[in-house]
Amino acid sequence: MSYPANYRYTREHEWIQLDGTIGTIGITDYAQNSLGDIVYVDVPKVGDKVTANSTFGSVESVKAVSDLYSPVTGTVTATNDALKTSPDKINEAPHDTWIIKVELADPAQFEKLLDAAAYESFIAEEQ
Amino acid sequence: MTNQTNPAPKTLGKVRAHQTQNESLVFEKSSPGKKAYKMPPLDVPAVDAAALLGDTCRTRFAELPELSEIEIIRHFTRLSTWNYAIDLGMYPLGSCTMKYNPRVNELVARIEGLAEAHPYRPDARAQGMLSIIAQLQRCLIEITGMDTITLQPAAGAHGEFTGILLVRAWHESQGNPRKKILIPDSAHGTNPATAAICGYQVENLKSNAEGGIDLEALRRQVDEETAALMLTNPSTIGVFESQIAEIAKILHGKGALLYMDGANMNALVGKARPGDFGVDVMHLNLHKTFSTPHGGGGPGSGPVACKAFLEPFLPTPVLAQNPDNTFRWDYDRPQSVGRVRAFYGNTGMFIRALAYILANGPDGLRQTTEDAVLNANYIRHGLEDLYELPYKTASMHEVVFSDKRQAARGVKTGDIAKRLIDYGFHPYTVSFPLIVHGALMIEPTESESLEELDLFIEAMRAIAKEVEENPELVKTAPHSTRVSRLDEVQAARKPILRWKPNQPAPDPAQAAPSSAMENLPTA
Amino acid sequence: MRYLPKSPDERKQMLAEIGAASIDDLFSVIPAEYRLTRDLDVPRQQAESEIIDYFRAAAMPNTVRFASFLGAGAYRHYRPVIIDSLVQRGEFLTSYTPYQAEITQGTLQAIFEFQTMIAELTGMDVANASMYDGSTGAAEAVMMAVRITGRHKAVVARTVHPEYREVMATYAKHQGLPSTLVEYDRETGRVDLAALEAQVTEETACVLVQSPNFFGTIEDIPAIAAIAHAKGALLIVSIAEAVSLGIVRPPLEADIVSMEAQSFGVALSYGGPYCGVIAAKEQYLRQMPGRLVGQTVDRDGYRGFVLTLSTREQHIRREKATSNICTNQALVALMATIFLTIYGKEGVRELAEHNLAKAAYAVKTFAAQPGAKLLFNGAPRFHEFVLETQEDPASLSQRLLEGKIVGGVALSRWYPELPNATLWCTTEVVSKAQIDQAAHIVTAVPVEA
Repeated sequence: MSYPANYRYTREHEWIQLDGTIGTIGITDYAQNSLGDIVYVDVPKVGDKVTANSTFGSVESVKAVSDLYSPVTGTVTATNDALKTSPDKINEAPHDTWIIKVELADPAQFEKLLDAAAYESFIAEEQ
Repeated sequence: MTNQTNPAPKTLGKVRAHQTQNESLVFEKSSPGKKAYKMPPLDVPAVDAAALLGDTCRTRFAELPELSEIEIIRHFTRLSTWNYAIDLGMYPLGSCTMKYNPRVNELVARIEGLAEAHPYRPDARAQGMLSIIAQLQRCLIEITGMDTITLQPAAGAHGEFTGILLVRAWHESQGNPRKKILIPDSAHGTNPATAAICGYQVENLKSNAEGGIDLEALRRQVDEETAALMLTNPSTIGVFESQIAEIAKILHGKGALLYMDGANMNALVGKARPGDFGVDVMHLNLHKTFSTPHGGGGPGSGPVACKAFLEPFLPTPVLAQNPDNTFRWDYDRPQSVGRVRAFYGNTGMFIRALAYILANGPDGLRQTTEDAVLNANYIRHGLEDLYELPYKTASMHEVVFSDKRQAARGVKTGDIAKRLIDYGFHPYTVSFPLIVHGALMIEPTESESLEELDLFIEAMRAIAKEVEENPELVKTAPHSTRVSRLDEVQAARKPILRWKPNQPAPDPAQAAPSSAMENLPTA
Repeated sequence: MRYLPKSPDERKQMLAEIGAASIDDLFSVIPAEYRLTRDLDVPRQQAESEIIDYFRAAAMPNTVRFASFLGAGAYRHYRPVIIDSLVQRGEFLTSYTPYQAEITQGTLQAIFEFQTMIAELTGMDVANASMYDGSTGAAEAVMMAVRITGRHKAVVARTVHPEYREVMATYAKHQGLPSTLVEYDRETGRVDLAALEAQVTEETACVLVQSPNFFGTIEDIPAIAAIAHAKGALLIVSIAEAVSLGIVRPPLEADIVSMEAQSFGVALSYGGPYCGVIAAKEQYLRQMPGRLVGQTVDRDGYRGFVLTLSTREQHIRREKATSNICTNQALVALMATIFLTIYGKEGVRELAEHNLAKAAYAVKTFAAQPGAKLLFNGAPRFHEFVLETQEDPASLSQRLLEGKIVGGVALSRWYPELPNATLWCTTEVVSKAQIDQAAHIVTAVPVEA
């Protein structure tokens, strides 16, 4: 699977896509593949604050739980309700399935994250 | 014996297929009006519950099943035949110590005066029970080389919790509770969970190349904010920490304590005592080392033994002896960490553990440990040419292999474990400890005969061959069980945790279509 | 030794095969200074008959043929015979935790049935596969409420079993979880609702009550729930006497129920092993500690059962686990499942009604005795009651023992404001004759010099 060029990425395997000041966040194909079949996603509430590099929730598979780290600092504006009944969407289409949307406190944070090429070399090293 | 109409039965190692009865849920067999009980007649006037209880009276009654006695006997008997058990054969589960559960233990635990004893019976009338508890305490203190003990914790993890509470209480009495507990990366998951519940930060300690404690790392990480190191000895890879004296010295030098997880005591009983090699506090698992039955997952019992300086902090109450040598429960314990459970502990398991110790005596206990270590080494010797040994240090009562060679053929430890089921064995411990890639953790215990060990070795060797010649067979195992691999993903995504009324029962003769899960209501 | 399946020759053969000169070679890794060179100082090896004699002798002085009115969190009920017939089957007794589902469907299905029965009895949506006991279950329930609400204060009724409260205090101490105690109404024995309302705030994670409470009195659960929920706190109801659920209305307004199921066919055994269980509303499922068994299908579509949602547990989450609990109480939970199947829908009700009837007769009989006063008459009870006598409890207890009766537990050590009160329990196994005899002794106070 390819990593969309207009997204940015973290070393914790989240992706973020920016639209004005609203960031849409999910996990990468590499992450969903390592986790296996996802059974549950634990998300914050709308209005909660998130901080860059701090956890904002977790993703559970049958055998493991993985913390979700926010790529940016801001306030949660939306959470993906579809994940309550179909967490498997993340496995099927990780780059099209979002988890939370965040109003960025500082939209400039977006550019400082890894771009697709940098992320792909990062995961190549991990493997 | 074969003939035209009956083909030869297929034996694989020590097993051959046989019918097991199907059995639905007990609720699916229920019919109103069936009864398995009869109350004796009331010798006092009957009461009108609604009048007596008013709005606290129940109006909608629980939908419990209604069956006759024979249906209940058949139901649970049939269910039991679907289980593997120690009584059937070996469990090579590492660090579980699945040894024989002696039946005399069950008999003595059921003696009326013991089984019927109420915990609030006056001490003066409970002397027999108290003397049993005192005797077990004495034996366990002697076995561990410690000074004192509490039998209150209900299981190993509960014992760990109690032990760390003792550590904390002592540090507080010294003026600083300290902040962190060091835990080796090879440790059992209950260790860090326990430390966190006691309000400590967990700091991971990396293992060295031999799978033991890295002394340099330990020296670097132990400081005046370290409360304790939680150590399993022998370690979870079955190796004795030969540097134990130095480890204790490093810790004690900074005022930190050495906690030992006693899960692997089956390698030490009668041969070495943790109290002698520097351990300050430890827990035992009566359901491992001391033969009390696992019963499908519990009850257990997790006594905590410690050195005298921790005695004031023991959970309340403590068994004390009066001047006339009778026993009493002492509640006057101002420095105690408090209670960790109601009453005194899993007394039924104390009785069983003491019966085990009495059946063995000092010679039996020592011989048991020797046989346990001999058996593990025999298995190691029988498999080390085919399975990778990540650590070359001597094994004690358990041996840990890695699936490295088999993984090269795409077969993992979990697959091999499932194939082992087809050979009539329960799997070994899979993927633990985490420091070994694809671990196979094998502990036979002393309860295995040479015959059973040889059958196990043959089965593992046969599977190694299958990995080379027919890996798919192993990857899709087991093939001979009542149910094939169960869909754990669905179970977690759409949890169904109870039966609900007005649901059709699945017909055991017909496999449900794969969309079956969609039609079933969620929990 | 008769549990060890090896002959001396086999040991020699095995040592030779692995290339060890003697068994001591295999222990040489233990530093010499720590290797024991003496026998352990434990009793010598006993014959099976000697073991049985030892325990029988220890059991003898115990008051087997005495009538007992003890309750207070551990209850003597009749245990149907087939419970032991079934749980002593080796496939149940000697089986391991059902991590390998394909070969433990027996245990897993039985636990699924247990979870269903507990949910039915308590009125909750889900129940787990058991906790150690009612006391640790209550503590775990409080920690669960903290996780759910994110708040850190607990309000606990003083009518919750004193030993349960002690356990809660031990757990809470290191979690930064202060708790306040709510007093009881002197007339009814129930939680003082005005005092409760004053103590519950927006910082309260949970209110913990017991019903029937330690005095035997049934609490006003709907009223307590309203107070807790008005401030966004959860209601935890602890149930120490499971048989009460046969006739007492379950705590439907509770968010979490923590129950001790010992009454369902588990022997008293001087305090353990018992059978705790936590049940809760569905939305709290993922914060529940302990094991859970779920229904699923196998590759061929057959129904089967597995341990599920284990990512909450210690072996995966390690320091982030919801609890450090590893064992459950599978075998005692199985006893409870069999007990509930034997009694069934009608039987648990009839059993509870018998208990009510015995207690009603006892209350009437004791109340008629001069020198004895029943406390807390202002609210309904199940099968326990509190008696206040002019005589001090130690002396009363002694006279009862002389009459081969173990009377109620003295309350003063936990409730010093009730110095001459004792807590009595009459289950279905107590006879009218025993009640009459006890009442007779209670009245017959000797004339003091």
